[in-house]
Amino acid sequence: MIGPEAPTVARTAPDPSAPAIELQEVSKHYPGSPPVVALDRVSVRIDRGEMVAVVGQSGSGKSTMLHVMGTLDGPTSGTVLIEGIDTSVLSDDRLAAIRGRRVGFVFQRFFLLAGVAVIDNVANGLLYTGATRPQRREAAAAVLERVGLGDRIWHRPNELSGGETQRVAVARALVHEPAFVLADEPTGNLDSASSASIMDLFMSLHDEGRTIVVITHNEDIAATLPRRLQILDGRLHDDVRASAN
Amino acid sequence: MSELVRVALGALAARKLRSFLSALGIAIGIASLVSVLGLSDSSKSALLDQIGALGTNLLTVEAGTGFGAGDSALPETAVASASRVATVEATAAVYSVDAAVYRNDLVPEDQTGGIRVIGTDPGLLETLNGGMAHGSFLTEGTRQYPVAVVGSVAAERLGIRDLDPAVMLHIGGRWVEVLGVLEPFALAAELDRAVLIGDLAAEAYFDAELAPTVVYVRVDERYIDETRDVLAGTIDPENPEEVEISRPSDLLEAQSAAESSFTGLFLGLGAVALLVGGIGVANVMVIGVIERRSEIGLRRAIGATRAHIRRQFLIEALTLASLGGTAGVLLGVAVTYVYATAQAWRVIIPPVALVGGLSAAVAIGVVAGLYPAIRAARVSPTEALRSA
Repeated sequence: MIGPEAPTVARTAPDPSAPAIELQEVSKHYPGSPPVVALDRVSVRIDRGEMVAVVGQSGSGKSTMLHVMGTLDGPTSGTVLIEGIDTSVLSDDRLAAIRGRRVGFVFQRFFLLAGVAVIDNVANGLLYTGATRPQRREAAAAVLERVGLGDRIWHRPNELSGGETQRVAVARALVHEPAFVLADEPTGNLDSASSASIMDLFMSLHDEGRTIVVITHNEDIAATLPRRLQILDGRLHDDVRASAN
Repeated sequence: MSELVRVALGALAARKLRSFLSALGIAIGIASLVSVLGLSDSSKSALLDQIGALGTNLLTVEAGTGFGAGDSALPETAVASASRVATVEATAAVYSVDAAVYRNDLVPEDQTGGIRVIGTDPGLLETLNGGMAHGSFLTEGTRQYPVAVVGSVAAERLGIRDLDPAVMLHIGGRWVEVLGVLEPFALAAELDRAVLIGDLAAEAYFDAELAPTVVYVRVDERYIDETRDVLAGTIDPENPEEVEISRPSDLLEAQSAAESSFTGLFLGLGAVALLVGGIGVANVMVIGVIERRSEIGLRRAIGATRAHIRRQFLIEALTLASLGGTAGVLLGVAVTYVYATAQAWRVIIPPVALVGGLSAAVAIGVVAGLYPAIRAARVSPTEALRSA
């Protein structure tokens, strides 16, 4: 699994000078006949505090790349370094701990638990961190206040609009103060006004210094972000940085 | 741990009907196990109580079917001989009377109803620990008169419900007044189908020979076996091998053993019900894993390890089975209580049924939950979270 260019001694503690996320020749194949090549030797480096758009057609491998970046899925070959740590040497527990403490995921379909109050949906973001229930709720209330839903914390997800629902999902991704936010089509199910407010939210997170990767179909949104990765058939087709910023 | 249980309860509460139905399967299985064990113990204790109340110290002495034994009667001196044995506390004899009983003189002769006429002495009731349903038993005063006491089954066949107004029977061509109706004899069921008349009256009015067919003997509890050994020789010193001695309480004990073997059968059926319940839980969990892929994916995304997911599903199955098991134990206790009370048995719930019922439920939960839990832990988060 570890390529010839991998360091001989794998790091297990974060390196403050290392890039936030680095993919080295990462491929991901899904078994089947014929096997599906979701990622094909992708190498990309995302520095701390960067805000990156990932664009590409559906099925191009964007989601797979995002999941691999967030250690939700391991590569078939190649190396994934998170803050300088080679994730291939980490146990399931360590990978889970990275997701639970360093990474916040946002999904197009929100994935809120129906029938569970907004505050508890957000507090669930801390479920596997060892925080107590009062601590989790306190943190959830604070982050909901920040995304502008301070008055909705006891509502159920089905009582909210689409934009509000996605704000709850973003709040859940932020409740553990992650270093990276990885968002998979966060505006895909939203109208343009809601999309704009969600993107504003991401911008403010970016301004706080967080590393943000956003998959989007929306060219207008992608055009506003400082860097754009284009994925085509599992390969990194283009890597464009805006001249400004 | 409490966190995991809370998450599990939340997940079960989100699918109330399905959780209820699968817990119900377990509950029925456990309830049947608990109630089978409870009812068998309760009925056994009722039987043992009955045996205890009747006493195990009753022996019946009959003429055997040994070589040359044709008349199937004991020597006329049998009662007197038996009474001389120091460990014998009470005796009573019955004599067969060659007569048929009819409700009145208009009943055709061949419709005897299978009721025998038996002569006896007033000590029979006490010796057999019998009881009267109506009226009174024979006394020293009435044993010589043409009056009768009717066994419980005989009374039913003759249509005797009570003795008011007075009831007359037509026995051997003679009208006989009924003095009393007996309750069933637990240790001498043969007397339930008989009409009893005094031994002296049998001799005087029906030409009966006073050679007993059966002698009932109450023996000192401590010397039952010893007494049994000497009785035959005492009663018929010439042909002791023609005297047959039995202990009726042995029959009740055999009955108790027979009921135990039925218990085994019902336990088997209960176990099948439990197995079906367990399959129900496993099925619900497998469906849950398929339906809740996105939830599994999300939990992995917010930091759940495979072990967390496995534990979550296992604890859900365990919770489901434990809830079902608890409900089943309560239901089984209730069934036992209601049925045993209706049968006038002492209610006995063996602790092994309670502990065993709950442990069985937990074991079923583990077995039923293990495979779905392992499957849940193996779900690929990427596939679970696929947007399309």
